[in-house]
Amino acid sequence: MSADHLPEHPDFLWRNPDPKKSYDAVIVGGGGHGLATAYYLAKNHGMTNIAILEKGWLAGGNMARNTTIIRSNYLWDESAAIYEHALKLWEILPEELEYDFLFSQRGVMNLAHTLGDVRESVRRVGANRLNGVDAEWLDPQQVKELCPILNISDNIRYPVMGATYQPRAGIAKHDHVAWAFARKCDELGVDIIQNCEVTGFIKDGNRVTGVKTTRGTINTEKVGLCAAGHSSVLAEMAGFRLPIQSHPLQALVSELHEPVHPTVVMSNHVHVYVSQAHKGELVMGAGVDSYNGYGQRGSFHVIEEQMAAAVELFPIFARAHVLRTWGGIVDTTLDASPIVGLSPVENMFVNCGWGTGGFKGTPAAGLTFAHTIATGAPHKLNKPFALERFETGALIDEHGAAAVAH
Amino acid sequence: MLLISCPNCGPRDETEFHYGGQAHIAYPENPNELRDREWAEYLFYRENTKGTFAERWVHSTGCRQWFNMLRDTVSYDIHSIYAMGQQRPDLQADKPGEFSQTGEFGQEPGLAPGAATTSTGAATTAPTSSEGV
Repeated sequence: MSADHLPEHPDFLWRNPDPKKSYDAVIVGGGGHGLATAYYLAKNHGMTNIAILEKGWLAGGNMARNTTIIRSNYLWDESAAIYEHALKLWEILPEELEYDFLFSQRGVMNLAHTLGDVRESVRRVGANRLNGVDAEWLDPQQVKELCPILNISDNIRYPVMGATYQPRAGIAKHDHVAWAFARKCDELGVDIIQNCEVTGFIKDGNRVTGVKTTRGTINTEKVGLCAAGHSSVLAEMAGFRLPIQSHPLQALVSELHEPVHPTVVMSNHVHVYVSQAHKGELVMGAGVDSYNGYGQRGSFHVIEEQMAAAVELFPIFARAHVLRTWGGIVDTTLDASPIVGLSPVENMFVNCGWGTGGFKGTPAAGLTFAHTIATGAPHKLNKPFALERFETGALIDEHGAAAVAH
Repeated sequence: MLLISCPNCGPRDETEFHYGGQAHIAYPENPNELRDREWAEYLFYRENTKGTFAERWVHSTGCRQWFNMLRDTVSYDIHSIYAMGQQRPDLQADKPGEFSQTGEFGQEPGLAPGAATTSTGAATTAPTSSEGV
């Protein structure tokens, strides 16, 4: 947990090629999900004549802005299946990608502060265990033993009444995750094209045949959208709608501190989540700003509220300082579950709606989305996450059920 | 934080308000005749505009009245505040660089001072950096 453990700054890990005239598939969005999708397209499906188009720089959107929490303790079967598969991939990816991105399985604790929280938490622990997800219920004393700096006394507005705990959950160095995927993609022959914004799509009838970009027109057999907060903008260019609202989501870090926080603590009720980064910053986040926004910034009262919650839970943080705050644009759905599958446009596929929790899903999003693009049909893990669920009513409602409010 | 000019109470902090999403969504006229696709559109599909967006807000801790707002979803500047039930104002028809008082609020007696004016430059949020950890 100190700077000594950080890897050396890497050499250039990928080429910066000019776009070719045509590709077998084009992935729009060079964040974690786009990179993982391209990686699995090349590795699992032998599709190496593909490109990732990134309007800015590689992994500079939400991949650079998230709080890096990885867990799989979701309530519903469909969610537990895809997030647990992601967690299993996280466990093998450092070796597979030959890159130690410091995946630290330090556990994630979800606090309960009300009787309702306790009931929901105990139910979720049971559901998790039935789905093969490691989960435990901790009483306040056990919470204190695992995380001594937490205030479990009853002198706060919402005392800690217990917590769920997933020991295999944790955090990873997000930038290194992106670089690890990018290096492997590049080795496999994938073109990673930065500063290349998509401005339109070329269609033959209802079938997509090309992509217009700021670096010229690119013909392609297939298009996969991995654009998070800008998914609606791309869908509109392609001529269809998505049930997504884009919101700012903010996070903050303190200055560097000695290691004081051994795990990850999330509280839905007072609403903050906190871990300590490998370098020593306290990393915090909470919920989205209420209004729609594409501005990559939010309102300061959201930061104030999560800091107030953090100081109440961790009195030791009272003397820490905010070093910086930032915002990303998250693509929320009304059931707080992602959309991974086909789109109304032939040969165009959508991976979006991961909202506030996309980082943890990165490997499974990539794996299942690559399968969907390569075969034209969803993988069994992402089949329930089809766009059609908003018509059929088969929603996967993780609002409140997913251990944190979205 | 947004500074929002409530039509009844005047300029107040965003924390006094709640967001109501896209404005001008009417309840289906013939709900019994809707097909699943149309219900999905009504229930789950909303515009997600990058740019000027018509949305609803309610002054929860003040007058508790709903109103509509035109706001830029990139700059977060508030361009217009107007009454529920009123048509979306045409910003292009206004003088460039100057936002008109829209809505019927301006004509109502006993209006709070400045209530009908729309905030522009003041309606910005705290600047934030954009680096990850």
